This record gives sequence, structure tokens and C-alpha cells, in this order.
Amino acid sequence: MLTEPASHPDHLWRNPEPKRAYDVVIVGGGGHGLATAYYLAKNHGIRNVAVLERGWLAGGNMARNTTIIRSNYLWDESAAIYEHSLKLWEGLAEDLDYDILFSQRGVLNLVHSIGDARESRRRINANRLNGIDAEWLTAEEVRAFCPIVNISPDVRYPIIGGTLQRRGGIAKHDYVAWAFARKADEMGVDLIQNCEVIGFDLEADRVVGVRTSRGTISAGKVALCAAGHSSVLAAMVGLDLPIQSHPLQALVSELLEPVLNCVVMSNAVHVYVSQAHKGELVMGAGLDPYNSYAQRGSPHVIEYQIAAAVELFPIFNRAHVLRTWAGIVDVAPDASPILGLTPIQDLFINCGWGTGGFKATPASGWVYAHTIATGRPHALNAPFALERFTTGALIDEHGAAAVAH
Amino acid sequence: MLIPCPWCGDREDSEFKYGGAAQVAYPQDLETIDDPTWARYIFIRPNPKGPMAERWVHTAGCRRWFNVVRDTVTHEIKPIRDHA
Repeated sequence: MLTEPASHPDHLWRNPEPKRAYDVVIVGGGGHGLATAYYLAKNHGIRNVAVLERGWLAGGNMARNTTIIRSNYLWDESAAIYEHSLKLWEGLAEDLDYDILFSQRGVLNLVHSIGDARESRRRINANRLNGIDAEWLTAEEVRAFCPIVNISPDVRYPIIGGTLQRRGGIAKHDYVAWAFARKADEMGVDLIQNCEVIGFDLEADRVVGVRTSRGTISAGKVALCAAGHSSVLAAMVGLDLPIQSHPLQALVSELLEPVLNCVVMSNAVHVYVSQAHKGELVMGAGLDPYNSYAQRGSPHVIEYQIAAAVELFPIFNRAHVLRTWAGIVDVAPDASPILGLTPIQDLFINCGWGTGGFKATPASGWVYAHTIATGRPHALNAPFALERFTTGALIDEHGAAAVAH
Repeated sequence: MLIPCPWCGDREDSEFKYGGAAQVAYPQDLETIDDPTWARYIFIRPNPKGPMAERWVHTAGCRRWFNVVRDTVTHEIKPIRDHA
């Protein structure tokens, strides 16, 4: 006999009117903004917090990414923050009391050339020195781990091996956002949608409030968390950021039987793909080269990406594209995030996650909340300060995307 | 996206390479320039939501550089005369 399905709650969070004042106003209700609000309340007891969102919660890049989670970054600073994130992911469903479909199915990075192989082995060694799991696979081992990959030598870019992070995987992006939103709301955070920030109130060199499409809101502290629109917000206070906004495209196929058991990424042939729980193949492309806020990109970028996917996975050649889209990603010159203080007092910045922000969601919120609450960066985000572009202490992770964005 | 090459006419954007913001001046007084000014030149470029003056090179065509003003929201392109 069938049991009654669990009933849906009427709502996961309130839909409050903005108050006149908050201790902290977070600008941007995406994954990072919601996680920041959650950890402000949970870790620091700061609950008089608003998250202002221009559209609807988690409707920007949080709804548009390919949900890949891994921590196999080259440099120590990146490895530390992404590994902290992965450890948070491993306990997140329990912490948030919500099934986020976190699946550690392994992230496989394919290697197609001697240069790739050297770079990948270097990365494995760097990862292991940082306590991050990483393995080298031969081409045969690649096929054993992911049977549908074509390891024939008769292709344009034959596969000669791969690296594997078994603890990597995917999660259900919407559930992640909803889980953070629900818990933040429960602790008293006001999540305010359809509320666009149109300016800031400054007194001397201190921010004291936010002007919005729903009125002026006083704020003890203001935390920017708006990804591709960070430059637009920062310009309102006369701050120029080293950020360029680009479309990053992705696509899904129709729903298919389970066929792909892990996440596969290839730098040289340029595609990254996984199969979502529901059954669609989720693939990401490269950046469109030009600056844009249009949330769409050029068709030839998708064509190139699909050609790559079909070469790697001949079994995909009769799958259909269901839809394509783009998110606007904020890329810093060293392809690393900017997370910390600004020259304006009580104004904080979190941006520059570029093509890889989803995996960082919990750690980004964790360290940003610390930075906002204490007025000083957490040890994990101290290297990612805005000043690094003046001091020259860059964290060059252009190779980190594992695909050449 | 069709890009108007001043010499070849409208062509698909796949024929071009992007050159980023146009008219970025090389700093003067290199002997005395301070770090923030140099950092600003190296790392900070316009990133407007709206009209943007930018450079393209027609790599699969005449291989010449030129400037346009393109709206970063609509992708509408207006040719301009100044290609410096």
C-alpha cells in the first residue's frame, strides 16, 4: 500500500517588509549571500540581518552553475579555503537539516598531453601536501572508473590519463540555497526579494545605509555579495574593482537513464559534464570572451563544447539539448576571489569567484561572516584581500578551473 | 552576434578576437609612478553595464584592430570612427 507523500510546507521562509535599520545588510541573495547570513546568525549570533535581492532568491548564478564541488586547487591559499568548503559540504545536509543531494561521486580531470600530465602530477603532489585527496589514473584506469569515456588513440586529443578527487562531486543547487535560506530565516534574518539597491549612504568614509527600490535602510555594516554585478554596486560608492563580467554558458540534455557515474572535466577538449539526479546531462562551456551582463552567450561557444563532449563520450551523440543559458560571472585578473575589507569603513566585498563559486558557497559564507562580524579577515580569506592587486601578492589560479576559461 | 568590421562589413563574432576596453592610456611618468597608480593601470578596466568602448581584431578576416561601442546588456553595437 502506498504511504502518503510528505506534504510540502507552505513556505520555507517569511517574505518580510524591510525594516528601517539592520546591524548588517547583505546585498545579493544568491548562495554566498544566504550562506553569509546563515553563518552570521549561527556562528556569530548576529541575527538583525537583511539579505537584499534584486530578483528572487538564488536566481542568478546559483541557478545557473553546473554544481561541481571539488577542492583540488594548486596554490596553498586556494586549497585551504576550498578544502574548508568541501569539509563543510560533507556535513552540510545534517547542519542545515535538509537533503541537498550532495553526492561525492568523484571528479575526474582528463589529461590529453605530456604537458597536461606534468601539470596534473604537480597538482596531485601539491594537493596531497595540503591533505587533499588526489590520484593519478592511467587511461585504462580512467575507463575502469568511467566506462563511457572514449580512450581510443584515434581521436584528435587522445586521453593519456587523468586525475581523480574521489571526495569531489555535485549537489542540488536549489536545495542548497533553500536550505541556507530556511535556516537563516528561522534565526531571524530578513530575506527581502524584489529589492534593488540603487545607492549607498555615506558619512565621511563610512557607509551607514543602503538606498533601495523599497526605501532607504540604515545599516551598521554593508556586505556586497553580487557576483557579476559587483562592479555596478561598487561604482555607486566610487570604488573601481579589478573585475570583468562575462557570460559563462551551460546546457542540459533531456532526461536520460543513468549513464554517467561521475563528474568529468577536460581542459584540452574543453567540457565539463555530470549527470544530475533527475537524469539530465549538465555541461558547462568556456567563457564568452566579451564583457556582458546579458545572461546569454554566443552559439559557437556551445557548438564547440558539444563537439568536445561528443568526442569524449560517443554515446552522447544522439542526446538532445534541452536548453542552454548563461550566468554573468565576475572574473578577477588572477582568477581568484576578492573577499575582505574595502577602503570604505563598514563596507565589505565578496566577489571574483568567477567560474567556480558554487563549490565555495559554504566556506565563502563562513569566512565572510567572520570578516563582517569581527571587522577583520578570517585567516582563510586574508590572502584574498583587494590590496593584493597593489602589493602584487596574486594567487594565480588560471589553471584552477581545470578547464581553460 | 554580428560585429561590423570597418573594412569587411558585418561578420559573425566567431571571426574576431576580443581586445577589451578601448582607449586605455599607458601611464606617464613611469619613473615616479606609485604602486596604486600602476596597479590601477595593470588590473582595473571599465566594466560598465551599458555602453562600453571596446577593441576587436578581425583575426579570420583582414586582421586589423578597430573600436566599437557595444551595449553590454543588449549587445547592440555602434561603430565609431576613432580606432586608436
